[in-house]
Amino acid sequence: MATGDVKLIGSWASVYVMRARIALNLKSISYEFLQETYGSKSELLLKSNPVHKKIPVLIHADKPVCESNIIVQYIDEAWSSSGPSILPSQPYDRAIARFWAAYIDDKWFIAVRSILTAQGEEEKKAAVAQVEERTVLLEKAFIDCSNGKPFFNGDHIGYLDIALGSFLGWLRVTELDAHHKLLDETKTPSLFLWAERFRNDPAVKPLMPETAKLAEFAKKLFPKMQA
Amino acid sequence: MADEVILLDYWPSMFGMRTKIALAEKGVAYEYIETDPWVKTPLLLEMNPIHKKIPVLIHKGKPICESLIQLEYIDEVWSDTYPMLPSDPYQKAQARFWADFIDKKLYDPAWKVWGTKGEEQVAAKKELLEHFKTLENELGDKAYYGGEVFGFVDMAFMGYYSWFKAMEKFGEFSIETEFPKLTQWTKRCLERESVVKALADSDKIIEYACVLRKKFGAE
Repeated sequence: MATGDVKLIGSWASVYVMRARIALNLKSISYEFLQETYGSKSELLLKSNPVHKKIPVLIHADKPVCESNIIVQYIDEAWSSSGPSILPSQPYDRAIARFWAAYIDDKWFIAVRSILTAQGEEEKKAAVAQVEERTVLLEKAFIDCSNGKPFFNGDHIGYLDIALGSFLGWLRVTELDAHHKLLDETKTPSLFLWAERFRNDPAVKPLMPETAKLAEFAKKLFPKMQA
Repeated sequence: MADEVILLDYWPSMFGMRTKIALAEKGVAYEYIETDPWVKTPLLLEMNPIHKKIPVLIHKGKPICESLIQLEYIDEVWSDTYPMLPSDPYQKAQARFWADFIDKKLYDPAWKVWGTKGEEQVAAKKELLEHFKTLENELGDKAYYGGEVFGFVDMAFMGYYSWFKAMEKFGEFSIETEFPKLTQWTKRCLERESVVKALADSDKIIEYACVLRKKFGAE
């Protein structure tokens, strides 16, 4: 049974930090949130994550765990007797969840990001088209994984819901920048409805950043934005 | 039953080698189907429509893609023998972290060291050696990355072993000279039949790398 102090080093704006916080909420774990200042890295961060020097870092009983998807799995395993299961129970379903979580990070979000960094209208249009194509794949993945249930993980939100849902704030900001809906109720109806359910989940709702605040922050990272 | 497990793989793939090592360590019989990823056979496209890449592990007709995901799957399905990951959640997280580090950080500079020339190659070599140093420090004086037992991280890293000679040749450096602990560790891993059988011949890899270098314009 896991006991001890729980700290999370992160930032209110970070998608990856949000994943860890959702997981901690799901397991009803109280923790100390250590907000990093944008533009600098605290000594604790550098000491706890010397390899990547990035947030989030979960510190449990003084031991650091890094990388958002690894942190979420750790939370699921360390507090396995508390709250719902975050990963599916069957090995094949776990492999599928991990596959799509990797796709979301390596392919889908890279495409979303290219909208924010696009130079000129042509590049932006091409980036939007690529995001739409990849979102359609996620729609199909949702239908396959959810099997008629409300979430990728079934009745409760889980690993894959968290992997994609943590991006919803940034997706909204990108939609404003592109003047184009990226999660469209006609093109990806199941995902559109899933997103609403995810945003309203009690483990998620208090963590979703305000779009206006996030858009303002985004301009610091992506000066070419037009939101 | 051998026909329950199929592996689509290509002989030089460092990723396929990881999966072969894992299957061998667990004593799982499987059918191996040599699949050139440049050719895109109907079976490959059916089993990995998203990435169209190897390796693909097919178990009872269902595909599992991405080598580290395959390793976790193999460990979970054939859980009654030879655990590849520690059972302690913190140790498991550390193993996943280092396998992820190897995946995120090594691939790019590694292929640039044998696949490019000039400034691009010089920068890649510097980066690669930095990452090897990090991995050497992480290994420290342990027998394996997991401690006493050959496991997940060792498999993730040893997949690259066949390509070491190519990196050394084109990058003009010696792993033995620069990284004595890593060298000892590779020798230890090479005592395992599962590893020896999974790896490709280093000289054949160099020949293959030469072909690719011409294709990429590095020659």
